[in-house]
Amino acid sequence: MKVLVPVKRVVDYNVKVRVKSDQSGVDIANVKMSMNPFDEIAVEEAVRLKEAGKVSEIVAISCGTAQSQETLRTAMAIGADRAILVETDIELQPLAVAKLLKAIADKEQPQLIILGKQAIDDDANQTGQMLAALLDWPQATYASKVEVEGDKAQITREVDGGLEVISVKLPAIVTTDLRLNEPRYVTLPNIMKAKKKTLDNVKPADLGVDVAPRLKTLKVSEPPKRSAGIIVPDVGTLVDKLKNEAKVI
Amino acid sequence: MTALVIAEHDNVSLKGSTFNTITAATQCGGEVHVLIAGHNAGAAAQAAAKVAGVAKVLLAEGAQFADGLAENIAAQALSLAPSYSHILAPATAYGKNILPRVAAKLDVAQISEITKVVSPDTFERPFYAGNAIATVQSADAVKVITVRATAFEAAAAGGSATVESVSAVADSGKSSFVSRHIATSARPELAGAKVVVSGGRGLGSEENFKILEPLADKLGAAMGASRAAVDAGFVPNDWQVGQTGKVVAPDLYIAVGISGAIQHLAGMKDSKTIVAINKDAEAPIFSVADYGIVGDLFEIVPQLIKELG
Repeated sequence: MKVLVPVKRVVDYNVKVRVKSDQSGVDIANVKMSMNPFDEIAVEEAVRLKEAGKVSEIVAISCGTAQSQETLRTAMAIGADRAILVETDIELQPLAVAKLLKAIADKEQPQLIILGKQAIDDDANQTGQMLAALLDWPQATYASKVEVEGDKAQITREVDGGLEVISVKLPAIVTTDLRLNEPRYVTLPNIMKAKKKTLDNVKPADLGVDVAPRLKTLKVSEPPKRSAGIIVPDVGTLVDKLKNEAKVI
Repeated sequence: MTALVIAEHDNVSLKGSTFNTITAATQCGGEVHVLIAGHNAGAAAQAAAKVAGVAKVLLAEGAQFADGLAENIAAQALSLAPSYSHILAPATAYGKNILPRVAAKLDVAQISEITKVVSPDTFERPFYAGNAIATVQSADAVKVITVRATAFEAAAAGGSATVESVSAVADSGKSSFVSRHIATSARPELAGAKVVVSGGRGLGSEENFKILEPLADKLGAAMGASRAAVDAGFVPNDWQVGQTGKVVAPDLYIAVGISGAIQHLAGMKDSKTIVAINKDAEAPIFSVADYGIVGDLFEIVPQLIKELG
């Protein structure tokens, strides 16, 4: 069984981005970039399925600029077998990414596509579900457990208030939540091995996909600032302030 | 111009976030219709008909809608889509799961987690964990939108809409519901609670988290946690407040042993009053707290419980 794992290069989760003073966007020049953390969990899950003998090949895919090659090399260092970069300098929105991934899925014919539930830059939480719709596949989002058995997968999902278990017919889409697994550390020998693995490069036009953005960003602004309050000396003062000043208890 | 709200419900009543989504829909400028896709969901449809601002409730009945499977609910919404200029759902696990399927099938962009309706085609939404707010304009024929509940008032009672049955789409046959494990708790739901008591890595263990329970009980509060506490396995994932968890905006948010990572602040900084208890005076949580106490939480929390009487 073949698995596709789309991965996105994003601003590292430890970086606090700044809004540009002309309100045209956020300043991401010279900041540390990493693989989207939920995508790392997706790669790890695919590798674990391979180690368990359920999966024969893992193909990592990234859509974006030439620098996304680094992210694909990381995916291959975790354990993906080969990679495909859909290279473009155009700002890609989730619908465009889903269309690019569909075109690749049509060629590669995987049984499972595992994606992160959300990228931590645009916080859209759309691509997996959109891809499932375009392929007419079932979806199991926010997975905290994935069990593949025969032509089905049983997925435990994180939902409001607890967990839900659903069964999906393969081929299917799975998106990862935080507790699905803890990605392994990438070792130096594996980084070296990843450099020798195949990384193909295609362009959106090769796949016949129009990636023009649909949403226009008119401006990007800072969120309203919350000013720091006061440090109170003791619990008695705190309760007094909550009762008589904030009037919340 | 008419907006369709995909209601989140349990077949009997509407989930809280649906009321906020209806408010966002009324701000899109036209009439508001509500879709109840469910199984024996007549009571939920009646509840929706009584919400102010709702002109019509569409009820799609069938066992295939009983458990909210995305494939079936999205297909039902798509069957009605041609009549609408806006399709909205709450930005909850339920709505976020369904709506992108609708958008992709309509070949339109989705606008996620809007916090403001600027005009019928322009919206504000946070990104980068709430560190930036984008004003985005959609040129698509249909605007497909998820709504951050905390950014909109809940729609009030007082409506008298008609309930109309619509023909239900067939089961997709591609996915099936197996089981649900929802923690039963006497405490209010985290997303809509008036008071939230949250713990972080500072609690140190699953066992120690229990010291927050009497505090939450005393305040009638929901319990939450930072991602660090969830990652450490102290509490379940659905307690997580933050960019990758739930966004809350209660009247009172008490952060105990939480340092205040960017991703956590993104989930609670719109709370009306924030209290922080932390032993590190330099912790970033104090930069957003109205009232801070620097000290050992294991001494302060019991004192606070006692002081509250």
